[in-house]
Amino acid sequence: MIDTPRANLPVGTPTPAASWRQRHLLDVDQLDRDEIIRCLDLAAELRSLRKRRERLDSLAGHVIGLAFAEPSTRTRVSFEIAATSLGAQVVELPMQASSATKGESLIDTLLTLERTGIDTVVMRHPASGAPYLAARATTLRVVNAGDGTHAHPTQALVDALTLRDALGTLQDAVVAIVGDIGHSRVARSDMLLLTALGATVRLTGPSSWTRGFEHWPGVEVHPRLEEALEDADAVMALRVQLEREAGGGVPSLHEYTARWGLDAERMRLARPGAPLLHPGPTNEGVELTAALASGPRSLIGQQVANGVAVRMAVLTLLAA
Amino acid sequence: MSLLGRFGSLADPPASFVLTGARVVDPGDGTDAVRDMAIVDGRFVRSDEVGADLPRVDASGLIAAPAFCDLHTHLRQPGAEASETIESGTRAAAHGGYATVCAMPNTEPPLDEPARVAFVQSSASRASARVRVVAAATVGRAGEQMSALGELAEMGVAGFSDDGAAIASPRLARSLLAYLAPLDLPLMEHAEDAALADGALMRGGQTATRLGLSGWPASAEVTIVERDIALAAETGARLHLTHLSTAAALEAVRRAKAGGLRVTCDVTPHHLAMTDAWVAGDRSFAWEDRDQAAQPFGAPLDPSLAYDGRCRVNPPLPSREDALALLAGVVDGTVDAIATDHAPHAAERKAVEFANAAPGMVGLETSLSIGLAAVAAGRLELGRLLATMSSRPAALIGESRSLSYGELADLVLFDARARWQVDAGLLASRSANTPLIGMDLPGVVRLTLASGRITYAYDLAPLS
Repeated sequence: MIDTPRANLPVGTPTPAASWRQRHLLDVDQLDRDEIIRCLDLAAELRSLRKRRERLDSLAGHVIGLAFAEPSTRTRVSFEIAATSLGAQVVELPMQASSATKGESLIDTLLTLERTGIDTVVMRHPASGAPYLAARATTLRVVNAGDGTHAHPTQALVDALTLRDALGTLQDAVVAIVGDIGHSRVARSDMLLLTALGATVRLTGPSSWTRGFEHWPGVEVHPRLEEALEDADAVMALRVQLEREAGGGVPSLHEYTARWGLDAERMRLARPGAPLLHPGPTNEGVELTAALASGPRSLIGQQVANGVAVRMAVLTLLAA
Repeated sequence: MSLLGRFGSLADPPASFVLTGARVVDPGDGTDAVRDMAIVDGRFVRSDEVGADLPRVDASGLIAAPAFCDLHTHLRQPGAEASETIESGTRAAAHGGYATVCAMPNTEPPLDEPARVAFVQSSASRASARVRVVAAATVGRAGEQMSALGELAEMGVAGFSDDGAAIASPRLARSLLAYLAPLDLPLMEHAEDAALADGALMRGGQTATRLGLSGWPASAEVTIVERDIALAAETGARLHLTHLSTAAALEAVRRAKAGGLRVTCDVTPHHLAMTDAWVAGDRSFAWEDRDQAAQPFGAPLDPSLAYDGRCRVNPPLPSREDALALLAGVVDGTVDAIATDHAPHAAERKAVEFANAAPGMVGLETSLSIGLAAVAAGRLELGRLLATMSSRPAALIGESRSLSYGELADLVLFDARARWQVDAGLLASRSANTPLIGMDLPGVVRLTLASGRITYAYDLAPLS
């Protein structure tokens, strides 16, 4: 796994694969299998280096802008820790306050940043596809930290690493995803990534939230929760957007929880010991019980912990 | 030789010349033959009756046909002159082979009262194409109170429309149709249920699901179409459904026509040729065989093509099945007209997040090329294409298109085999918002006449 050390990396830091071809991380669909595995391996390596409190400075001299045009705590903090722990300078860009409200276009804002010497922008944006616009209209390196309902590639890499740790491999694994698939960027990136690693993804939830995914390669849509959970190797619950619930899809939160909420009894349908994931933040008592979220099968804490390592790996690979 | 040819206007003196060797196609009377054509003082005359002193133009290898008529054009004047004006828009029309464009009323302010309509009419007297105004059906296009329909009808408007939106209230739509019936002018309906389409960014389907863009359901169109057909049946009024984009809506029109109703429709070139897959970066025409990479899951999204705001249009680009159904409707004649919905927007309104892109694309200067691409692919007869762009739409607004002797010449001459690469510098429009930029298309217009005046000539000695 460890190649020849390079001058700008401390001894022990894995070198990016020669085959890494990506300048941006817009979604996981652009990564081939080797690149995905390289990224996960590097994340695992960086995780242990960090645990040993090794000093890393492979991004010294880099200026990374965090452009979050949507509220986010865990993703933003995780990128910030990842970047600073690699020696990069991090600049927080007040996207909502400055640009959008003044009618300045996204491109104008990013071009201004480019001129200030920022080389990489980590973007969170409410419009699906916004990072693609940034990638084609600027010379910035673009990392998608979540765009609309389209993609969340680093979260998918986090989920893949967490599942690989728990299951050993994703080849032939069955992963059930429960909830509002249609509005979920995490689910879309997970589908692309987990199937690329050989897993089958089962989707379940109210049909208003799962329809349209029937033709997604490697993906099955199950109208009934019980079918989706049966013998699944892992289960992931998605956050129910409480504000969206009123507008459509389900009659009530109560009905959603009654039919699709995860509890210990329903989890018994999955393989014994099958882990439970959730991209957070959770609505305990809605999509899963509090006992399940904090129970022994929950990997929610590991997902958060892996978030930093995966984002360190992504930033390292893109900067190479 | 400049990139574009030379433009003229309706205020120029009428033309006199002889065109030799062109293949003359007149879908109105079935003519399709190589013959000479003479035009004297703007009118067609027998070529063997003209003097030897007239300029002679060698048109061998070119096709001469009745000039086109666009039922759906946005000229943006008044209000958005940075993106188009009556002058630039009619130059784009002349460059595309059009003698007439119907100017839609969603300007700022809207064309909802006689003085505003008169402004456009008088501004157009020196334009490069005849402009027929489609007046707003309701005051301010607000969908509440009928505009001065009778007075506007006397001014020669082509019809009434709140284009950009349907007449939302069924009761008002019924009243409008009832009032319009004796005026013999159509309600030109933008058939879209606003509630069903609310928040939608592209046509619903696999590509929308893949891209995480909110999907526009076909039901948003067909529900209004079916409602309006029922109202047209009750009132006996003329109903024209513009820019249809779904097979279901077209099928409803087919049934209405079979039932003898006065229902007509148009489709745009982009809904015939482009599909929802274009939003993900596909650039193949609907009728072309496509490889796996063009499927929504076949290849990674290409950041240079995906989420291109120039592919945002309303109604949205259709599924491939629906695009092919629309083309079948042109072939069997259910579609009365190919209308461009030419919708100019400044570049900065398109180079934004897909959700913020202004809907619409320019079309006047590429419509013939798209049609000829379908002809070259064996999907459409040339005569049917030309009829659907000229004589049939013209008839709907009371104009004739004929190459008969004595008629004032509305003529287009084009090279169907020459190809060109679409480029902003080759468009007379002030805007270039089309995903066709950079694509190589067949069909170059060499000469356009409107009302006997040369409105456009390119590389055609001695006229240009």
